[in-house]
Amino acid sequence: MLYLDNAATTPLHPKALEAMMPYFTEFFANPSSVYAPAQKVRAAVGEARQSIADAIGAERDEIFFTSGGTEADNWAIKGVLDSRGGHIITSSVEHHGVLYVFEHLKKQGFEVTYLPVDTEGLVDPASLEEAIRPDTRLISVIFANNEVGSIQPIKELGAIANQHGIPFHTDAVQAVGHLPIDVKALGIDMLALSAHKFYGPKGIGALYVKRGTKLAPVLHGGAQENNRRAGTENVTGIIGMAAALRASLDEMPGEFTRVSALRDRLINEILEKIPHTKLNGATGEKRLPGNVNISFSFIEGELFLSHLSMNDCCVSTGSACSSNAHEPSHVLMAMGLDSVLANCAIRFSLGRVNTEADITNLMSILQPTAEKLLKQSVLYDMHLKNKR
Amino acid sequence: MDYSEKVIDHFMNPRNVGEIEDASGVGTVGNASCGDIMRVFLKIENDIIIDAKFKTFGCGAAVATSSIATELVKGKTVTEALTITNKAVTEALDGLPAPKRHCSVLAEEALHSALWDYAQKNGLTIEGLEPPKEE
Repeated sequence: MLYLDNAATTPLHPKALEAMMPYFTEFFANPSSVYAPAQKVRAAVGEARQSIADAIGAERDEIFFTSGGTEADNWAIKGVLDSRGGHIITSSVEHHGVLYVFEHLKKQGFEVTYLPVDTEGLVDPASLEEAIRPDTRLISVIFANNEVGSIQPIKELGAIANQHGIPFHTDAVQAVGHLPIDVKALGIDMLALSAHKFYGPKGIGALYVKRGTKLAPVLHGGAQENNRRAGTENVTGIIGMAAALRASLDEMPGEFTRVSALRDRLINEILEKIPHTKLNGATGEKRLPGNVNISFSFIEGELFLSHLSMNDCCVSTGSACSSNAHEPSHVLMAMGLDSVLANCAIRFSLGRVNTEADITNLMSILQPTAEKLLKQSVLYDMHLKNKR
Repeated sequence: MDYSEKVIDHFMNPRNVGEIEDASGVGTVGNASCGDIMRVFLKIENDIIIDAKFKTFGCGAAVATSSIATELVKGKTVTEALTITNKAVTEALDGLPAPKRHCSVLAEEALHSALWDYAQKNGLTIEGLEPPKEE
């Protein structure tokens, strides 16, 4: 199997699995209980919290565990707003975990501004400055896009939000563990992260909330997470997430360079060897190290995907969450692609388990498949006839 | 997407891909911005469809329904060809996932559109054949 869908999820890091195991068996106590075995688990959860805080330049009491990125995003956005209503700002290239929360809030009466992006999928900080109103209650912009890997100018956006005293949230699900992040230096008030995107387990994530940020709970119940997020802690998940993030940070200096080089090799080989291909998104430093998003003109993305899947090659169109829906990606549309080219996009996402040999093998499948599918395509025929 | 083995076979190894240079009728339906576009070529002699080919832009289900529709239509008379409905296409593929049912409708429309083109070119009226919908 050729796994090139690390933006959808990643395999568990061996160190995370190792760290988790004792908490399934020996140390199973509920950390909220009073007896000694619970104390040991409570201490381990505290250490994990500290370790995650350290990884993003936060304080221990600013990290709140959630069930994943979607819950963290929902909580940050809904928790900061109140019955006054008002104006909220996001980008036009958000993950559905943010985008659909904004759409929900719009129906509830909030006024929403969706910041446009350029052809590389990047927000212009000047457009944020222009969008801000006296009643703007929240700004939320994705750190790095899940489909095209474009890394937003978070520091500039954060500075503008801070200047106006407006809470600034970022969905950093694709960025944490892959890029160095310092929430203080970047002016971030809230940041959502998800463990399974950086070789941790599924079903666990966290929300960073800067001290002093007024954030109402969304889940009411027990006193966990300093009375702000009820529910018994996902202890094994928390331990695994912390171990995976530590491992990712340890490996980052080498991995960032190695994976970026694999990415650039794949991009260059596709553009050179397969006709009618176009790279979607930014290049170099403005792109996530593992992201490759290419439109194969005249070949419908889902068909391409099905053929690759029959060749044991796991990739995706756009985001894994929307791949069952037959509509072009809102991210590619926001970047100005026409809907046909958007429907021809394939995302390859590389990670720590991928090698040079994977790229060679992928190309040996991609090239003949693209050639075969081009010959079946009525759109390609139409293109040839128009050219004549 | 959970496809039947038959659907997978028909998009991995589609039958009748190509064009017929001197086709008796050609039908193109769907539009690329909705994701699917199908073009069917029919060669008709003495009221019998002796050859059928297609080219499609679309997902696996779109290719599979085009492929099976061209298989089903070969050897049929023009009137018999009208019995190839979206239901018949779906059944011949051992079913389609719910979000892909529209592909079988498109395959039926592509056949009908090619038959309509044939009828128009030859000044014929085919009982029960509706003109293709305008895109």
